[in-house]
Amino acid sequence: MLRILSFCFALAASTLSAEEVVLGLSQDQVAITTNFDGSEILLFGAVKREAPIPEEPLDVVIAVSGPSSPLTVRRKERKFGIWVNTDAVEIDAAPSFYAVATSAPFTEAISNVEDQRHKVSIPRAIRSVGAPMEVEDAQSFSEAVIRIRTDEGLYQLRENTVEIEQQTLFRTSIQMPANLTEGDYPTRIFLTRDGKVVSQFETVINVNKVGLERWLYDLSRNQPLIYGIMSLAIAIAAGWLASAAFQVLRRN
Amino acid sequence: MQIYLPIAEVSVNAFLLLGLGGMVGILSGMFGVGGGFLMTPLLFFIGIPPAVAVATEANQIVASSFSGVLAHLKRKTVDLKMGTVLLSGGLIGAALGVVVFNYLKSQGQVDLLVRLCYVVFLGVIGSLMFIESLNAIRKSRKNAGPPKRKKHNWVHGLPLKMRFRVSGLYISVIPPMMVGVLVGILSAIMGVGGGFIMVPAMIYLLGMPTKVVVGTSLFQIIFVTGFTTLLHATTNFTVDIALAVLLLVGGVIGAQIGTRLGTYLKAEQLRILLALLVIMVCAKLALDLLLQPSELFSLGAVEGH
Repeated sequence: MLRILSFCFALAASTLSAEEVVLGLSQDQVAITTNFDGSEILLFGAVKREAPIPEEPLDVVIAVSGPSSPLTVRRKERKFGIWVNTDAVEIDAAPSFYAVATSAPFTEAISNVEDQRHKVSIPRAIRSVGAPMEVEDAQSFSEAVIRIRTDEGLYQLRENTVEIEQQTLFRTSIQMPANLTEGDYPTRIFLTRDGKVVSQFETVINVNKVGLERWLYDLSRNQPLIYGIMSLAIAIAAGWLASAAFQVLRRN
Repeated sequence: MQIYLPIAEVSVNAFLLLGLGGMVGILSGMFGVGGGFLMTPLLFFIGIPPAVAVATEANQIVASSFSGVLAHLKRKTVDLKMGTVLLSGGLIGAALGVVVFNYLKSQGQVDLLVRLCYVVFLGVIGSLMFIESLNAIRKSRKNAGPPKRKKHNWVHGLPLKMRFRVSGLYISVIPPMMVGVLVGILSAIMGVGGGFIMVPAMIYLLGMPTKVVVGTSLFQIIFVTGFTTLLHATTNFTVDIALAVLLLVGGVIGAQIGTRLGTYLKAEQLRILLALLVIMVCAKLALDLLLQPSELFSLGAVEGH
């Protein structure tokens, strides 16, 4: 059920670059419904160029990022015989979801310098200014963020998953897990040759709770008292119904 | 069938939740406990964030205790006056509990506190119940005479006395208030109704007759957990209505099945089984605290300043 919802053209792309990306998405909206259990988004596109194809082979790097938010990472340590949270490090911004797909091994597809400039790789997508002085190995905290989120399928590095045909057409798919947060998911596509970015394109995938999910979530945030009273009313009604229903059953 | 919980923001299997609700409901119907002390740790195990599990479980207990108290009201086994005194203590306790809960949440220790509370209370109550029911079984074999009743203890020396007709008591309002406050705090922190603490306290500390204890305890639990639900909903936004409804449906059906199953077993056997169950949950939680976890790091949201 892959509908083509929109074709986005790289109108704003720099006029200097000889090659431009024309991109299509199977969907630019992800709706979190009550029975949402993940989504697969197909990204496909073409390279538009006026000059002949350069000799160096083309590589494509695609990065889809969820909304970033600050995080507190806590580490457990053994104290008085039990494991308790002790050190904590605040990460200034970590995306809730981050997937990188490349057409070659990551280090071949994009050079370290370009990665640093465009912040493409997973460790570079996480921004951490500084840990408190008393924490010695602050590095291990941001590594922990990557490890935990990779295990949950939220951070993905998918090397060699972008297919390129005749240096012009490319396609890949991104798996979005069931535990997504809502928001705008900026999606960047880089065309690289010899590790250097020759063209860049950006679009946004929108992830939203819809229907009942949307309504309940908004109500719980905007009208918490009414939401609370509603939860109680449901509980009391259910309790009364159960007692009434089983009394009828017992009589029969 | 996967279902996405709007507040917990995780996707879980709806039948798993119905099943869990049903299983705990069966146990609660068999043993006459709310089941919150079993359900909340189970929710932790299936990956519901602890804060959401605690708040939502309070909401589910409102449903099961309301259903229970209706039956007791018909049998006139609810001491409304005693219930009101316990309740006023309970509301104070619940407010204190939510303050403590929020403070610890900002310190990153809420997990630890909830788990420690569970280990301590489940451990103590499980072992006491186990010993007590072993003794009861032994006594019933030897066919010893009726147990001695202590009618007077330090509780009866306190001021501010009040008459409780249904319970046939004339005692100070201070001990019931204190019991209420304690249970209120626990219910806010642990997401339990507190019946498993309230019931022994009413029998042994206040000397109430056993037949009115369960109904009265359920009566005040409705209000305390209802208040806790509201507080969590308005301060933490952690009540997940979809989760509550799924648990509730399973729980209510399970409770009725459990009540029927319970009639096939003797009271002492039931209590021993419950004690073993409580001790098992306690041991699992204790091991989690004592053994090195496979992942030392945990992620949490930054508290707004």
